[in-house]
Amino acid sequence: MKLELRGITKKFGALVANDHIDLTVEAGEIHALLGENGAGKSTLMNVLYGLYRADGGEILLDDKVQHFAGPGDAMNAGIGMVHQHFMLIPVFTVAENVMLGHESTKFGGVLDLEGAREKVREISARFGFDVDPDARVEDLPVGVQQRVEIIKALSRDARVLVFDEPTAVLTPQETDELMAIMRQLKETGTSIVFITHKLREVREVADRITVIRLGKVVGEAEPTATNAELASLMVGRAVDLMVDKDPAEPGEEALVVRNLSVIDANNQYVVAHLNFEVRTGEILAIAGVQGNGQTELTEAIMGLQPRVEGSITLGGEELVGRTPRKVLDAGVGFVPEDRREDGLIAGFTIAENLMLDRSHSEPFVKSGTLQLETLATFAREKLEEFDIRAPGIETHVGKLSGGNQQKVVLARELSKEVKLVVAAQPTRGLDVGSIEFVHSQIVAARDAGVPVIVVSTELDEVVALADRIAVMYRGGIVGIVPGDTPRDVLGLMMAGETPKEAAA
Amino acid sequence: MSSSQTPAEPDASAAVVTDEPSRTHQILREIVTGNALLSFLAIVLALLIGSILIAATDDAVQSSLGYFFSRPGDTFVAIGQAIGGAYDALFRGAIFNINRTSFVDQIKPITETLTFATPLIAAGLGVALAFRVGLFNIGGRGQIIMAAALGGWISWSFDLPVVIHMVVAVAGAILGGALWGGLAGLLKARTGAHEVIVTIMLNYVAYYLVFFLLRTPGALQAPGSNNPKSPAALETAVLPNLSDLIGVGSFRLHLGFVLVIAATIYVWYLLNRSSMGFRFRAVGENPNAARVAGINVKSVYVAAMLFAGGLMGLAGASQVLGTTTSGFSAGVDAGIGFDAITVALLGRSKPWGVFFSGILFGALKAGGYTMQASQGVPIDIILVVQSVIVLLIAAPPLVRSVFRLPAPGSAPRRRAARLAEGAAK
Repeated sequence: MKLELRGITKKFGALVANDHIDLTVEAGEIHALLGENGAGKSTLMNVLYGLYRADGGEILLDDKVQHFAGPGDAMNAGIGMVHQHFMLIPVFTVAENVMLGHESTKFGGVLDLEGAREKVREISARFGFDVDPDARVEDLPVGVQQRVEIIKALSRDARVLVFDEPTAVLTPQETDELMAIMRQLKETGTSIVFITHKLREVREVADRITVIRLGKVVGEAEPTATNAELASLMVGRAVDLMVDKDPAEPGEEALVVRNLSVIDANNQYVVAHLNFEVRTGEILAIAGVQGNGQTELTEAIMGLQPRVEGSITLGGEELVGRTPRKVLDAGVGFVPEDRREDGLIAGFTIAENLMLDRSHSEPFVKSGTLQLETLATFAREKLEEFDIRAPGIETHVGKLSGGNQQKVVLARELSKEVKLVVAAQPTRGLDVGSIEFVHSQIVAARDAGVPVIVVSTELDEVVALADRIAVMYRGGIVGIVPGDTPRDVLGLMMAGETPKEAAA
Repeated sequence: MSSSQTPAEPDASAAVVTDEPSRTHQILREIVTGNALLSFLAIVLALLIGSILIAATDDAVQSSLGYFFSRPGDTFVAIGQAIGGAYDALFRGAIFNINRTSFVDQIKPITETLTFATPLIAAGLGVALAFRVGLFNIGGRGQIIMAAALGGWISWSFDLPVVIHMVVAVAGAILGGALWGGLAGLLKARTGAHEVIVTIMLNYVAYYLVFFLLRTPGALQAPGSNNPKSPAALETAVLPNLSDLIGVGSFRLHLGFVLVIAATIYVWYLLNRSSMGFRFRAVGENPNAARVAGINVKSVYVAAMLFAGGLMGLAGASQVLGTTTSGFSAGVDAGIGFDAITVALLGRSKPWGVFFSGILFGALKAGGYTMQASQGVPIDIILVVQSVIVLLIAAPPLVRSVFRLPAPGSAPRRRAARLAEGAAK
């Protein structure tokens, strides 16, 4: 079936999540939708699936305009979705899950389980899935659970299948198997929309590629396009960011990371055997596509990861094994990736947020009692110094704009005696003015002789700020290159090629 | 479908997994941030519903309804008399009795109200404090029972000088409650067990443990008795009546009320002015950010449950050392541990809010008895009124829709949410 989206627009208040997006998927085609997190891919697919109503544009199936009031309509029209987070009921069997939502019954309201089992067996046989219809879903490995989702969609005669970040939860081997399944589906004439941000998979399986950025289609590419082309399309920004900074004057090595690994709850190495060092007065940018271990690396430094191997020393002091408080006490300023969830308490005032990590010691606490006068004076100074636009220091942080929220985080983290600054995605979702301000503060910290780590998925930000760039890929560092490395080289490195290969 | 719940953050919605604890936090936050107007309207609505029940159960109203179409006026008069009489009795029993001769006797009802309110406020603070840290302390019953056991045991087992004995017994009760609460906190912090399950189970453990000790001669059982009841507290350990202290009247109100005022002030200080309370609130509002800011969330849970249990212990002290000093049974908590949840909800988990909602519930209790005695209105109606208040408080959208109040949050956001909801249907 041919799927066509014409001029789809979806707004959330002032935010335009989808801006006149056009997308055509031919019958029997695997069409990759490539873009960073937050680019608007999932919103677009939710519009297609009838979960959101578009503010403009139309959806066509085989050249007929469709009106979906909900997922039921979309399913009936032949659209199936394999969600990133499986929509399965863990304690139900495969057959029960497959029939869920359109249970057919026999005489007297008895569920037609045998029919569902038969359907599962039939589809399994057709694609060589090897799924037992009577297995309980919670007992199945993740890869098989995903197949149950696929069976579920196919049992409803889906002719257009949407895979939303399907490989995020899979092991490399399961990923390869999924690719084979997608090709097989394609052979039978099913159209596939494959949402991802992983370049390798796209090039391997896609027939055509559409790149979305900030809610807009920024380009189409053939699978023959190079990784560098795709990467720069994905992360490239129309306006170049300029940061006014003098050449770095690096001093001695301050932060030394040796053989650092992080193991996640599934016993997987999400960060593996990292070695790098950051010197005083230099900015090391950690570049890479989202989800290659950057988040875990910063959390490991901050003592927020439970299973860390190897060593991180700051000025000779070991940080691994310390509680977050001890790491902060060692003089680390941390700007977390998700400021609303990890950086701020929305229901607290600006003043309270400014002392969030200082509730144990003077000057804001004396013999267990808050020193509200001292705090108010301090907060008023910071409001001025960091240009936080708010009615006053008693304003709740949740009411501020993203830029002002981030300024509150920076004000807190930079106004103590820092020996290291770790800033993760410091300008994500901010307007240009706030971005400039945040960048200038980071450079100022560097010029004051502080070692700085900036983690960013924005290539422009990396290039603008970095004195040296470490590129992460699949939990490892592909290479550490000078700050003036060309973008296409960086793009290739982000796809996993070593600097030598990339430069060649 | 869960993605439609966070429509304001379009693309993030797919990545955000709304897990169970954060939803608990959301509910708690909504309850805590509700305004006083909402509480007041909930009380008004509950009293209105109470009126309907009073009228419907009144004999005169029922018999006049039999000839409603010949003389409808009779029915309305009967309704008026039933409701007016009942709420008049409630007022006389709870606040001020104009029918008495001397002023001291006239104000006796209000002292009764405060006597009932004393343990409710203390226990309400215990629930409220835990609420503010993001914990549901359903273990008031067990904490009060353990407090009564320890405080009671001290009150009859030792011969100590007058003031010292009382102080030691009260401290013992607070300690007993604190340890029982702290145990729940420790289990949550160490094993990740949900505090609701843990506290409910510890209620049973406490109840049957103390029941067993009360039946065991030489443990908590009164010597020479076969009943599961403790000995009376020694005079030296009893919280003195305020009447005796100031030499006026014969009120039952005891020193425990003064302690509860002090506790309210202390909890206010703890939450709003102390660094520990700052961490309590931070964890209650956003445990993730608190953890990233170096706050030890687990030890906050333990500390908060120690404090909450200690406040429950004060309620237990008021029960066995103040109101009824002639010995106690395993039912010593008298439902206070659960009433405390309603007190804390109505008080929005703010110390002074809890104080006044505790007094309101005390007044309903005190007045309810008079209402039953003088008007024959079943005391269960008071329970209905209390329950309706809590129902309305726990479901703010309900009160808002009844009184057509705007929901918190900006208008455009809500419109977007409604749009997305509409689209999802």
